Amino acid sequence: MSVKPGFVERYIIDKIVFGILSPAEIRAMSKVTVITPELYAPDGTPIQGGLRDPAFGAIEGGERCPVCGNTRLECPGHFGRIDLARPVVHPGFAEKIASLLQATCRVCGRVRIPPERAKYLLAILRRLREKWPKLAENLLKEIEKEASSRMECPYCGARQYRIRFTRPYYFYEERPEGSVRLTPVEIRERLERIPDEDAELLGVNPKRARPEWMVLTVLPVPPVAVRPSIVLETAQRAEDDLTHALSEIVRINERLKKSLVQNSPESIIEQQWELLQNAVAAYIDNELPNMLQLVHKRRRPLKTLAQRLRGKEGRFRGNLSGKRVNFSARTVISPDPYISINEVGVPYEVAMTLTVPMMVTPENIELARKFVLNGPYKWPGAVHVYKAREGIKLDLRFRQNLKQVAESLEPGDIVERHLMDGDIVLFNRQPSLHRMSILGHIVRVMPGKTFRLNLLVCPPYNADFDGDEMNLHVPQSPEAMAEARELLLVERHILTPRYGGPIIGGRQDYVSGAYLLTVKTRYFTKEEVARLLAIAGYKGELPEPAILKPGPYWTGKQLVSLFLPEDFHFEGKAKINAGELSCDSVECFHDSYVVVRFGRLLEGVLDKKGIGAEEPGNILHMLALEYGHERARDFLDRVFRMFIRMLELRGLSISLGDLEIPEEAKEKIRRILDEARDKVLELIDQYRRGVLEPIPGRSLEESLELKIIEVLSNARDEAGRVAISYLDPFNDVFIMARTGARGSDVNITQMASSLGQQTVRGKRISRGFRSRTLPHFKPGDLSPEARGFVRGNFRDGLRPTEVFFHAAGGREGLVDTAVKTSQSGYMQRRLINALQDLVVANDGTVRDAYGNIIQFKYGEDGVDPMLTYHGKPVDIDRAIAYVRYSKQAGQPVSGGE
Amino acid sequence: MSLKKKLEWAKQILPPSIYEELVEKLDAARDLKAKDKERVVDIVVRDYLAHMVQPGEPVGTVAAQSIGEPGTQMTLRTFHYAGMMEFDVTLGLPRLIEILDARREPSTPIMEIPLAEEYKRDKEKAKEIARRIEYTTLEKVISVIDYTIGDNVFLIRLDPEMLEDKGVTVEAVVSVLEKAKLGEVRVSEEDPYTIELVVSEKILPEEQLFDVKKYNDIVAKIKKLYVKGVKNINRATVRCEEESGECMIYTDGSKLTEILKIRGVDRTRVRTNNIHEIAEVLGIEAARNAIVDEILKVLQDSGLDVDVRHIMLVADVMTWTGAVRQIGRLGVVGDKRSVLARAAYEVTTKHIFNAAIRGEVEELLGVTETIIAGLVPPVGTSTVLVGAPAPRAGGARR
Repeated sequence: MSVKPGFVERYIIDKIVFGILSPAEIRAMSKVTVITPELYAPDGTPIQGGLRDPAFGAIEGGERCPVCGNTRLECPGHFGRIDLARPVVHPGFAEKIASLLQATCRVCGRVRIPPERAKYLLAILRRLREKWPKLAENLLKEIEKEASSRMECPYCGARQYRIRFTRPYYFYEERPEGSVRLTPVEIRERLERIPDEDAELLGVNPKRARPEWMVLTVLPVPPVAVRPSIVLETAQRAEDDLTHALSEIVRINERLKKSLVQNSPESIIEQQWELLQNAVAAYIDNELPNMLQLVHKRRRPLKTLAQRLRGKEGRFRGNLSGKRVNFSARTVISPDPYISINEVGVPYEVAMTLTVPMMVTPENIELARKFVLNGPYKWPGAVHVYKAREGIKLDLRFRQNLKQVAESLEPGDIVERHLMDGDIVLFNRQPSLHRMSILGHIVRVMPGKTFRLNLLVCPPYNADFDGDEMNLHVPQSPEAMAEARELLLVERHILTPRYGGPIIGGRQDYVSGAYLLTVKTRYFTKEEVARLLAIAGYKGELPEPAILKPGPYWTGKQLVSLFLPEDFHFEGKAKINAGELSCDSVECFHDSYVVVRFGRLLEGVLDKKGIGAEEPGNILHMLALEYGHERARDFLDRVFRMFIRMLELRGLSISLGDLEIPEEAKEKIRRILDEARDKVLELIDQYRRGVLEPIPGRSLEESLELKIIEVLSNARDEAGRVAISYLDPFNDVFIMARTGARGSDVNITQMASSLGQQTVRGKRISRGFRSRTLPHFKPGDLSPEARGFVRGNFRDGLRPTEVFFHAAGGREGLVDTAVKTSQSGYMQRRLINALQDLVVANDGTVRDAYGNIIQFKYGEDGVDPMLTYHGKPVDIDRAIAYVRYSKQAGQPVSGGE
Repeated sequence: MSLKKKLEWAKQILPPSIYEELVEKLDAARDLKAKDKERVVDIVVRDYLAHMVQPGEPVGTVAAQSIGEPGTQMTLRTFHYAGMMEFDVTLGLPRLIEILDARREPSTPIMEIPLAEEYKRDKEKAKEIARRIEYTTLEKVISVIDYTIGDNVFLIRLDPEMLEDKGVTVEAVVSVLEKAKLGEVRVSEEDPYTIELVVSEKILPEEQLFDVKKYNDIVAKIKKLYVKGVKNINRATVRCEEESGECMIYTDGSKLTEILKIRGVDRTRVRTNNIHEIAEVLGIEAARNAIVDEILKVLQDSGLDVDVRHIMLVADVMTWTGAVRQIGRLGVVGDKRSVLARAAYEVTTKHIFNAAIRGEVEELLGVTETIIAGLVPPVGTSTVLVGAPAPRAGGARR
């Protein structure tokens, strides 16, 4: 619904009471009795007493409802009814009917529990229901069991028989003389005899659902608005499935009526009655087991009432829990590193379709006039104008005299203007797995046809630009806009509540760029410094150059430091701090230990652990947590542009040459793999001779496999290490892997050395042909090469058999991913449904929707995980360091951590 | 305020673990004067208070998302247990789903049984206990059972190696067979590892002497005879820690009640991954902690980082009623009072029909219900009201 000024929510749903409609109620609300399956007369007008009788409500334009006199806008639609010639069982209640019949006397209708005890149980039940609904339910089950097992009525002493219920709606009484089918008429009679208090004991609320109402004598027919017909292009009418089902009911009902009047033979009547029962049941639920489905021509089953409600696209999940919205847009996303992380680039076309309501005031009336004058097709313009005094909405797309509209504007009118720079919108990428999947962005209208997104915001959305599309929503009310700005804005979600760390931050090129900028072998001339600082929007003085002779040179660390708060201290290992480059303290020759004192990056390179996304405890994390999201956003918006600019200055690319290793290394790798092969063949030989030492609790075959896998995996790792040791540690492939920008040692190994063992289901590849994997091998061959060990690498290429094995392993990965997404999706749905009502109350407890206390203090310490140091509420070391350095500097310890 | 007083004050506010860490680290910071330490305390207390959750925070949804979101990054396969090749253990997504499902029995039940002081450093003694625990039937020590159709003598040939491994003596086997009352039992004269069993008339009547099926039945019966151990414990292996030298028993299968009765077991540290067993034997609080531990373990094994607070909330939701409830239709969701919430979840129509019979009332208090009714859900900003005088409809009047 669009904003309708002056529209007041007159009705708010307070509660919903469930119950069964009584025949009296059905008759009272019915405005027409349907007596013919025909819908239209030959001239196309609806037939009186048919399923499209005008009394069902006005739905066509200009039509006036004969019942309420309203047009289709106001007429709510009216129910009709079908008076059933014989009663039929409501299939939704059949199970309950069975248990009622079993628990009550077949003669007097009393519950089969002695009067005193019944009174006592009823009192308990009523008390329990108030406070412990779950216990009340258990008691009901017990009562039912007790009543059903008593085979003699404690009231009238009548002998009782077992009731056998066969789905979907057949009831048999197991009398001594044999099994007798109970007709709906008999069933209804018996249910009528059950007194209210006994019904209550059996879990039926007699005020809202008398037992006999579960057997239908009159069927309500919903208004046409519920089952609209559609006019096809051929001018034919196609009726809704419900109408088809109802007309089937009417047809059978009328036939049965006729047979009854004509005194037809019992067998014919029985048969028609059965058909009626089936049709009514199918109308309510067309997917009942063991039932004839109502079908369309071409045998498509009809979608009847239950089918409308059920399932993912049903009324509940499809229309009530998730609703479709206006003021939304969707298009492909593309990257733009030069807009703020808080912003989103919106194409003009989109901006001219989506609108924001703007209340005209004396202050903005001139602006509003300008928008109206621009009209719907010139940005920034307006699409609709709501005239408060006249109470009408003007659509500017169909108006020529914009000037007149603009002049007529007065305070109180509402102009629905185009989306403009500075507006707040919600931006979303599916699957929406966590709250960071929908964030608030500030609009930047720009040319092009895609939404533009700062690359740093990719991690929370899990977005890339290989064709991803995203949705955009424009909040319409001031409350929604305020909430989006104050709570959903991107910068407020730099930290994630999942683990207490930054989820927004550098990936890929940002990481390599940061490394190359801050690495200690790199110095910058004044011109380069100017280029770098300009892109970051730096306006202050240049720092003293780090080197004066042979000329002024600056370090990258100096440049980054310009953007850090002056009292910021940080110490930590860089990502490259591993293997040969590891250091444990400030004294680090490899520059792999990051030290920031007083906002100056003194030592250490910035890489994934410094400025990366999803790295708790890095500089970004500390900035966001201790200096606030504005400060962190500012850092992200400025410094990260320098990282990119750095790459533009230096260039970053990989080539085959980066993976070239000398013949000597290749020889070594060959030897390692040959040795491993020999070892495996030896193991196989031991196995064949039966002298292989089995692993306890494993069969011989399993033991052999496990041992082979171990040998081969070690060999692969070793071969990888050899290759890596011969590569230039400063080539671009290596820089990316070491800094955490992209790729790992495994990737390098696979490119330069050997792919290693391919697996399917965690085992060596063993299936394919009879007792062999491929026809290239002999049956029963267990050697590495016959079971999916790939010696080759991506650089030199794979052998034909190796390609097959690699494909087999790769396919499994794809299948796994597909299976996992569906499974984890369902798991998440269940978790959300189970937990979504839990909220922290004002007293710090966690409560559900009914006020039950789930936790006395959230998380046992009452701390918001988003505001933690990777789970820890405070970082005492940092607090101590802060005080220590402030003292050193002779500065007063301000509050400002 | 003196440092001591300041710490007193901080103790009232901070959680114990943080307070202890604070005291410890202040002691270690010898270069700081008391005044500086007071400042540290101030900062720590201020930070702690600043990092508290705000009322209205939808912690349930956040927890569900935090656990569900990384689900796609989890593994699907079973893995070896803590580097032991003996066991396969369900890990990753299937195990997580299993825990949330509150299954009666995990698909791979496992126990870790630490031993009492006097046993734990001796591998042999540990093995001895393991043998007592492992469920052993005759089948495990028998190599073959020979019989001739038409003859009521069964020759049970034992496997000496297995006897040794399982710690079963020939006499023990004889006594087991005697107790089974199948017939006369004696050790063969030719071979000390062969037992002759003359099946009595009662078990093998004359007329069935040529019924092959009967013979098979008897063989099966003999094989199934219980020798020793705890039921459900299919395998028990000992593994000793290299550094501490402590030996532990690891079992395939779980039976907490029985294991706790075994002598030499350190009862305070026994672990099982069967949550229902823990709930029954040790109570609901223990089960709650077990759920937290198990979920944490699954996530850590998959290399995923999720704050414990989320996991604790899930565990508390599953257990706060006093029984372990499943996250789903037959548990937490199914127990909801709201008809609409249940109907919107699964088996929609059933819930509506039942609500009609019972005359249930939908109070519209939870999130799903309010969304359905077009109301504002009772979480976050809608838990508070802010009022401001609204301008009158029809525009501002000057």
